[in-house]
Amino acid sequence: MTIFLSLTFAGLALGAVYFLAASGLSLIYGLMDILNFAHGMFMTLGAYAGWDLATHLPASTPSAVTFALEVLAAVAGGALAALLTEVVFIRPLYGKPLSQVLVTIGLDLAVVALLLGGFGANSLSLPVPLWFLEATHVGSVLLPNADFVALVGGVVVLVALEWFLRRTRFGIVIRAGVENREMVSALGVDVGRAFTLVFVIGGAMAGLAGLLYTAVFTGDLLSPLQGDGLLIFAFIVVVIGGLGSIRGSAVAAVVVGLLQDYANYYGGQHAGFSEIGNLSTVLLLALVLEIRPRGLFGRAT
Amino acid sequence: MSHAIELDDVHVSLGGSHVLQGVSFSVPTGGVTALLGRNGVGKTTTLRAVMGLAAHTGVVRVLGHDTRGLAVHRIARLGVGYVPEDRDVFAGLTVAENLRLAERVEAPAYDDAFALFPDLAARVRQRAGSLSGGQQQMLAIARVLLNRWPLLVVDEPSKGLAPKLVGEVAEALARVATTSTILLVEQNLAVVRRLAERMVVLDHGRVVHQGPVGDLDDPDLTRQLLGVAAAR
Repeated sequence: MTIFLSLTFAGLALGAVYFLAASGLSLIYGLMDILNFAHGMFMTLGAYAGWDLATHLPASTPSAVTFALEVLAAVAGGALAALLTEVVFIRPLYGKPLSQVLVTIGLDLAVVALLLGGFGANSLSLPVPLWFLEATHVGSVLLPNADFVALVGGVVVLVALEWFLRRTRFGIVIRAGVENREMVSALGVDVGRAFTLVFVIGGAMAGLAGLLYTAVFTGDLLSPLQGDGLLIFAFIVVVIGGLGSIRGSAVAAVVVGLLQDYANYYGGQHAGFSEIGNLSTVLLLALVLEIRPRGLFGRAT
Repeated sequence: MSHAIELDDVHVSLGGSHVLQGVSFSVPTGGVTALLGRNGVGKTTTLRAVMGLAAHTGVVRVLGHDTRGLAVHRIARLGVGYVPEDRDVFAGLTVAENLRLAERVEAPAYDDAFALFPDLAARVRQRAGSLSGGQQQMLAIARVLLNRWPLLVVDEPSKGLAPKLVGEVAEALARVATTSTILLVEQNLAVVRRLAERMVVLDHGRVVHQGPVGDLDDPDLTRQLLGVAAAR
């Protein structure tokens, strides 16, 4: 039972990062019909922005402050990368979905190559507080502190995003635009501004996802390719949850995170099949596509 | 007489089909002009061209402004309210959110909208997707009343509604028409007779008749233009 609870907690933490990675992707597709392959780049650049800032801080900076600043830099870095991507590359290609997909793939490849050239293929070490490497007893279960950080990050962003989408005018525009972009324009709303905002929000969350993934799941090691690895699971979460649905992304992220952890432990350790976590995720995707192609919370089209 | 809408040699092609083939007509300011014709002759496409939703050649002037090069939201902000054929209310949003989205002026005329459709006032927190067809139509119309726009473009408001609701919607539009110009596409000729003063008839993407709605009194002309017997 103790192991099961530990696995559940770790799966929830992983799900939180998947949610951060997937929710922006889902909103961007839902509103703009863009499969944004540059989203992995936003995650990677966010994590590198956090790392870069940390390397410029005085050695005497308290580790908690350093990490807080890393988070801010990651959010800002992801948001800035997304803003530039939308304004410079996506906006001139509205109405040309294939070109948009190709340009986001090209951007992602180019940025990964630039990072490999600039920082090398060896992983960099992201400074994190020692507290992250410790664990806390909750009842009889020992839970890694870093998992708490991922979980809190995911929950805070979910609550903030739900508030934004339900309580603000921009949020209403985005939700309406996901349903019927054309009609929103016909009511006199400049949907182009909503496009930019959704990209920036998605980029900010992706930057945070990249940093938390590094801090919690990679042993603090940062590599130019990690965003693309995370992007695959983000796409799976988006499709399972339903394109354009934030709640769908949240539920699907938790399901995928838990499934991966359970399968990796019970299947991997006992059956000796090390990749069974990833395999089970893809099987779940296939199952959902077969039974409910629009995803758990997706609209019928 | 000034014109709220002017179309000059408007062509629209959709998926290889030449839907509008040089449509030219004007909608005078004030009252209701009906755009009539059989199914598939280009009525909805004409309204979409007016709103900038259908790519077209030729000139469309809305409230005196040439709309070439204007984005859809800019055309709407000239002062045009659009009620589309299938209502297109936002199903996942509440009634209040649907209305809030349409606000474009400092003091939206909620009193006007709720006076016309009191049923909506009691349902502001209800999701639009759970409203009946008639209530959704009322919401789609209420949405464009908030800004007191001078021009409304309304596509088949009676479609799919029970007869009692058709009467209510027509009554509401008649009241709106006292303050706004309306370009109305409508298959129900009884509603057309009640609301409109003028009519423009399309056939195969071209204007084939323009005149007062009284022309519908000629059963031969009505059968020839619309393929139906005139309704009284």
